[in-house]
Amino acid sequence: MDFDLTDEQRLLKDSVERFVADRYDFESRKRFMAEPEGFSREMWASMAELGLLAVPFAEEHGGIGGGPVETMIVMEAFGRGLVVEPYLSTVVLGGGLLRHGGSEAQRAEILPAVASGEMLLAFAQVERGSRYDLHDVSTTARPDGGGFVLDGEKGVVLHGEGADRLLVTARVSGGRRDREGIGLFLVDGKTRGVSRRGYPTQDGMRAAEISFDGVRLGPDSVVGEPGNALPLVERVVDEAIAALCAEAVGAMGAMGETTVDYIKTRKQFGVAIGAFQSLQHRAADMVVMTEQARSMTYLATMMAGVDDAAERGPAIAAAKVQIGRSGRFVGQQSIQLHGGVGVTMEYKIGHYFKRVTMIDTAFGDADHHLSRLAETGGLFKAA
Amino acid sequence: MDLRFTPEENAFRQEVRAFFRENLDPKVHAKLVEGRHASRQDLVDWTRTLNAHGWGVPHWPAEYGGTGWDPVRQYIFLEELQAFPAPAPLAFGVNMVGPVIYKFGSDEQKARFLPRIANMDDWWCQGFSEPGSGSDLASLKTKAVRDGDDYVVNGQKTWTTLAQYADWIFCLVRTDPAAKKQEGISFLLIDMKTPGITVRPIELIDGGHEVNEVFFDDVRVPAENLVGRENKGWDYAKFLLGNERTNIARVGVSKERLRRIRELASLEHIGTEPMIRNSRFREKLAAVEVELKALEMTQLRVVAAERTREKGKPDPASSVLKIKGSEIQQATTELLMDVVGPYALPYVPDREDDRWDELANEPPIGPDWAATVAPTYFNWRKVSIYGGSNEIQRNIIAKAILGL
Ligand SMILES: Cc1cc2nc3c(=O)[nH]c(=O)nc-3n(C[C@H](O)[C@H](O)[C@H](O)COP(=O)(O)OP(=O)(O)OC[C@H]3O[C@@H](n4cnc5c(N)ncnc54)[C@H](O)[C@@H]3O)c2cc1C
Repeated sequence: MDFDLTDEQRLLKDSVERFVADRYDFESRKRFMAEPEGFSREMWASMAELGLLAVPFAEEHGGIGGGPVETMIVMEAFGRGLVVEPYLSTVVLGGGLLRHGGSEAQRAEILPAVASGEMLLAFAQVERGSRYDLHDVSTTARPDGGGFVLDGEKGVVLHGEGADRLLVTARVSGGRRDREGIGLFLVDGKTRGVSRRGYPTQDGMRAAEISFDGVRLGPDSVVGEPGNALPLVERVVDEAIAALCAEAVGAMGAMGETTVDYIKTRKQFGVAIGAFQSLQHRAADMVVMTEQARSMTYLATMMAGVDDAAERGPAIAAAKVQIGRSGRFVGQQSIQLHGGVGVTMEYKIGHYFKRVTMIDTAFGDADHHLSRLAETGGLFKAA
Repeated sequence: MDLRFTPEENAFRQEVRAFFRENLDPKVHAKLVEGRHASRQDLVDWTRTLNAHGWGVPHWPAEYGGTGWDPVRQYIFLEELQAFPAPAPLAFGVNMVGPVIYKFGSDEQKARFLPRIANMDDWWCQGFSEPGSGSDLASLKTKAVRDGDDYVVNGQKTWTTLAQYADWIFCLVRTDPAAKKQEGISFLLIDMKTPGITVRPIELIDGGHEVNEVFFDDVRVPAENLVGRENKGWDYAKFLLGNERTNIARVGVSKERLRRIRELASLEHIGTEPMIRNSRFREKLAAVEVELKALEMTQLRVVAAERTREKGKPDPASSVLKIKGSEIQQATTELLMDVVGPYALPYVPDREDDRWDELANEPPIGPDWAATVAPTYFNWRKVSIYGGSNEIQRNIIAKAILGL
């Protein structure tokens, strides 16, 4: 049992932290967000150069063969920097779905292009009525000749507007909420019948509403088992949750430090406000909540690589609950301890708060995962 | 990073568990499961069983009877002990005064006291708090004046846990009233049979007798019972309190409680449905489980870091363990209140008596496990007060971790 990083992992951590510290300050981020695509292509190219986009992929696909720990390292640093580039959607989600479920041809074509920064991916899964249920799918993929015809609407697709390829869940058979009958399809964003409406998100990124209207797909667009893609989707979403936990912990750490620095310097009543015990205790509680979140991120990271969903699921759900709760507490208190400046657009603390809030609503909020966990019979089974 | 235990560690866990299964009196085990306390004799017997096996004081240095286990094995042992559940050896001896003696005591003190602590030949209690000195411990007033080969002690200690059983008490006393408050304190070992000591019970909120007031009236204590140097007692006390906080998370205790809650909640019904099927209850239970899992991981981080830390230096993160550990323990007592429902109400004064079953010539009122539930809930408010209150822990985090 150890929490130590290997030498390579420590190198990765140093390099990604340095990258964020040197090149991703708050002012630069504002510039990146103002670019046409809502992020910086130059940063994306630098991330590719540093090998960050190659982290989880096998060497034969241009990757560096990292696992969940490497992803955690990158995401935590990105959380500190509030990085807006499409890492989660392209590398973790899209890349993850292909890595675990893609055919050899799909992987050979796409993963090297992802790793080199040439191709962007997005995961089109949420629908207007599905909320957080991955099995609630109304979009249909009707078999047609050797291929499929895709019809339906997907919402809040992270970085969906500019993605070169979309990974789309669609129902091949069965009723709207059946666990069976769900397929996963690889769709070129420019195919006829795909229309995308992009918009900015609360936390400074971009997302899209996407409709599919009689989109014709060839047989080579199927990812994984046609009609039985749910286990694949669940697995990759669990990996994405672990990655989001790490990002949130990075953001919480930055919020804690920023807040403590602030209360050490801001003076009222002739003293630094950090001399007031009520604020000290609030800051101490932020430490407690951040450490608990960090602990659960380690757990999620370890469990993300487990194949057995029954073993993996409860731990991931528990981690997401903790992250949701901790993120909310640390975020709200950070704002409170800053006073008025905390609720301005100009100052960075609010942007962290917005990001951790949106992380809670990604792939199931704390309440969702609490009921998921409650259904499983708990974390502490009789040993 | 690998959060799994090694096969050897898992085998060790099985060995520990098997030892408990074979050697703990089932009656004592049942008491703990039911939320009652082990009696004085239960604790003495069990400590001797452990000690005879070489496990009386695993965390002590090998030369004083320790096992030489690394922090991970220490943790596994403790967690198994708590989760089994088996009685925990008396902390005042093995976790508090024992380490102070082997670290700061004289050779005579080591030879005289340590083996008797490990075997529970002496029952120790802790005389730190006073009526006017709780969180601000260094303000204590009980004074010791040197007179020939003795110190003469006058004053009062309070909240002294299980002093009614104690053979010895370790006390902080003021030896230099003129010095700055932390610098005039000494650490004395006092035989409870010494003339001039009076012990008076304090009844706690649940009706139990676990704490006392201890009065000192011209109590003569041989100067050889001074630990370390005169007026250096505060340093030893800080060392002791640091040790007190390392095992404060009590993850194993809460794990056992949550399992028990789950079991009882499948016996109790809401309407026609077992309580454990009730989604509101289940989610409350799951929420505490999440917190406990996070605490367990935090505890393991501290344990893993201990392997490389300087020995005897407590991690400031132990304040995190204290705060969350006590909150979670309290949350488990609340969940049990939820499970027992209206049968929390009857007050059963004899519930801690060893002859409880025989005494009751009538069947229990409500489920037979109900009697301890409300008293435990009331009594457990203590865990966020003692051992450095949770507010004091927040002060420590603010100062030691955040530099505020
Ligand atoms: C069941 C039980 C068993 C005990 N056993 C022993 C024992 O065996 N031996 C022994 O020596 N002692 C023992 N104690 C005493 C225990 O250590 C004290 O109760 C504890 O230190 C708190 O002191 P106090 O009760 O005087 O509360 P106070 O110190 O008066 O505190 C009252 C409230 O004020 C808060 N407070 C105090 N100072 C501050 C501050 N600086 N900042 C913010 N908040 C503050 C506290 O957190 C608390 O909420 C025991 C206590 C209990 C309840």
